[in-house]
Amino acid sequence: MLDSLSFGLETAQLILGIGSIALGSLTVILGAIGLLRLGDVYQRMHGAGIVDTGGAGLILFGLLLLSPDWSVSVRIILIGALLIMTSPTATHAIARAARFAGVEPELSTTPKKGEE
Amino acid sequence: MMVSFWLGLCLACLTISIILAIFRGALGPSPFDRVLAVNTVGTLVVLSICVYGFFDGRPEFLDIAVLYALINFIGTIVVLKFFRHGTLGDHVASSKEDE
Repeated sequence: MLDSLSFGLETAQLILGIGSIALGSLTVILGAIGLLRLGDVYQRMHGAGIVDTGGAGLILFGLLLLSPDWSVSVRIILIGALLIMTSPTATHAIARAARFAGVEPELSTTPKKGEE
Repeated sequence: MMVSFWLGLCLACLTISIILAIFRGALGPSPFDRVLAVNTVGTLVVLSICVYGFFDGRPEFLDIAVLYALINFIGTIVVLKFFRHGTLGDHVASSKEDE
């Protein structure tokens, strides 16, 4: 009974980890296509943000489920916390620097007067 | 093994994404596009190091990934500060708008 329960849990962990890694790979590649194809600095930041949060989070979560040892898990959690703290800060700094340097965001094709 | 196949596929996707981000960094019209692309390449390289450590069966690569994540963040902030101020720190000696 206990053996079958343990086997079921390990199999579920394996399947969930592999699924999370596959979904993270898809998210990373979509974010990279967005980074290449979108038309503005501020729009490209959206693609980079997808790579930084969705892709990195899903891939690190999948690796966390596949990790063989607790020290490996601690390092993966450390990398995840570091990426969660630093990548929005870096993106915010890039947006702020671009705004202060005078890069205008691309608005819609018929901009309303009075907004801005 | 099934895990090894999926980790290899994940490595292939990360490599394609790095190539796309490098194209954006080469094409980017403004310097901020290039900084954004370099930051994204850094994040993807951190993920690639982690996945390659699991793919190779040697998860000690994660220490290198921690170090690379720190260096990536500090490098991005340093380059942006250089764009903003034209110098790295030391505002007193070189701030021309104060004079």
